[in-house]
Amino acid sequence: MTLRTGGPDPVTTAPAIEAVDLARRYQLDGVAVEALRGVSLRIDQGEFAAIVGPSGSGKSTLMHLLGCLDRPSTGVLRVNGVDISRLSDAELAELRNKTIGFVFQSFHLLARTSALDNVALPLVYRGLGRAERRARARAALESVGLGHRMEHRPSQMSGGEQQRVAIARALVGEPKVLLADEPTGNLDTSNGAEVMAILDRLNADGGVAVVLVTHEAEIAAHARRQIHVRDGLIERDSAS
Amino acid sequence: MRGGEALVMALEALRVNRLRSVLTMLGVIIGVLAVVILVAIGTGAKDEIEKQISGLGTNIILVVPGRISLGAAPSQSKLGLADVAYVRRVVGDPSKVTVSLQSGETVRVGRTEVFVTVMGTDQNMVNIFERPVGKGRALSETDVDTRRRVAVLGSEVADRLFGDLDPIGRQVTVAGARFRVVGVYSEVGQTFGLSRDQEIHIPVTTAQRLLGIERINGLAVGASGPEEIDPLSDRVTAALRDRYPGEQFSAVTQTALLGTVGSVLGMLTGVLAAIAGISLLVGGVGVSNIMLVSVRERTREIGLRKALGARQRDILAQFLIEAVLLTTIGGLIGIMLGVGGSLTIAALTEVPASITWWSIVLAFGVSAAVGVFFGVAPARRAGRLDPVIALRAE
Repeated sequence: MTLRTGGPDPVTTAPAIEAVDLARRYQLDGVAVEALRGVSLRIDQGEFAAIVGPSGSGKSTLMHLLGCLDRPSTGVLRVNGVDISRLSDAELAELRNKTIGFVFQSFHLLARTSALDNVALPLVYRGLGRAERRARARAALESVGLGHRMEHRPSQMSGGEQQRVAIARALVGEPKVLLADEPTGNLDTSNGAEVMAILDRLNADGGVAVVLVTHEAEIAAHARRQIHVRDGLIERDSAS
Repeated sequence: MRGGEALVMALEALRVNRLRSVLTMLGVIIGVLAVVILVAIGTGAKDEIEKQISGLGTNIILVVPGRISLGAAPSQSKLGLADVAYVRRVVGDPSKVTVSLQSGETVRVGRTEVFVTVMGTDQNMVNIFERPVGKGRALSETDVDTRRRVAVLGSEVADRLFGDLDPIGRQVTVAGARFRVVGVYSEVGQTFGLSRDQEIHIPVTTAQRLLGIERINGLAVGASGPEEIDPLSDRVTAALRDRYPGEQFSAVTQTALLGTVGSVLGMLTGVLAAIAGISLLVGGVGVSNIMLVSVRERTREIGLRKALGARQRDILAQFLIEAVLLTTIGGLIGIMLGVGGSLTIAALTEVPASITWWSIVLAFGVSAAVGVFFGVAPARRAGRLDPVIALRAE
């Protein structure tokens, strides 16, 4: 690719995520499936974007690539200025740990672990000491309004609260990008609205870029920019 | 991730599945327990037998007719007193050679009868075999030369025949003939299950007449030092072969006995430990199995941890430490139970058991190694999981 540059760009000026002609193919029962067929996009620092599309459109694959959980078959992906094709698996894990926060549809909290320890988990892999991890986790929980639920386990909390714990966990490492995959998919309307309000506020106050993956137009409307994906391609990229 | 964190995480995971962890450990516990107890019994038996062999006296060469091998029946003796005199000339120092002629006989005092080993020997026996005389005197050269009917009793024989009475000067009837007790040996304990305190010693000449035989069972030569044992036994057996062409004579030394018996028993202990080791191996397979189940159950957790920044080796370490903890905690419990069991066996039964530090170190080391060996495959599987697939798992 001609766009490949010599080394990591200066972090401050680089876009949060820059994808050039991403493609992702994989084998499914011996049949080659082309989930993404050449996607180029750029998410700036502090942006709020929604990736919208029907199921099977390739938006989940795109999210996995943007979150560095997966590698593209072809194309270039730069996260915070770093070309991920140059990184080893361990370096990629470190990049995820420091740059990206994940919020999943099904929360993915550790069941027998307190809210505080769930939130502190990413910092374990950063090698921080217990006291600092707990202090930062406490602050993150307070920022999502769960200061009173520190020692509760996921089973003792409502779905909305669980998703807020997951948001606190995504934030605790002070990422550049927050990737939210159907964050309201398992929530009722009022809890969903609350979660979306938190994401709005984080984007506005904290300056973290939020990438929302959803099939609901109403949720996508929270973002200033909608990226419509269909059949593995970007169909439309529009600011609202 | 810090090492301590992985340890805390692994302990937490084991605590959560408490019953499963304990059951998995049980396999390792039983394996280690078996290794520790069986090695303790094997070592105890070896110590016991070596102690008895040492009790024979140091630097002694037993010369017997025929070829000695373990399990072979003793051959007919061709040796007589003239050969003892001959060996005395070969050795040079007559006081370094003694003789034995044994027979099981009934000994009677009044109405009290005991069945004992009657040994015909001479004045040199007490020095070569280090048999201290507790009361009275030992056999003398005159006793042997003049075929006196005198006897020196083992301490137990004296107790049973005379009780609290002083046996010195009293009469005992040995195989129908009356003997005068001239001495009582101090207590020396047993060798190969035969109490040497249950012997009666009489002059060898008297014994030959009493039993009506011209032969002796064997003779013993005392070497002046350990380095003299081998050349001296070679010299004596060679001299006897010269005297009796075509015959075989064997020299049995304490060192040779210790070596043979020690290696046989050492091998036996090794076989026992190996059999016990198999159960430890089976315990390890159990650990491997449960770790695979655990990895499968926690696939989503693994996916999540990877998404949050866990590297392959963080996940690998987490599961490997879990497996090693299972086996080392099991190993420690097994060692404690094994040591306790060995001590109980030694205290309550006649089975000798002696704990050796190497069996404990080995058992612990092997259980840790079993954890690593059987934990690596599941842990690698966990570490290599694709986060995208793992996050989607049910």
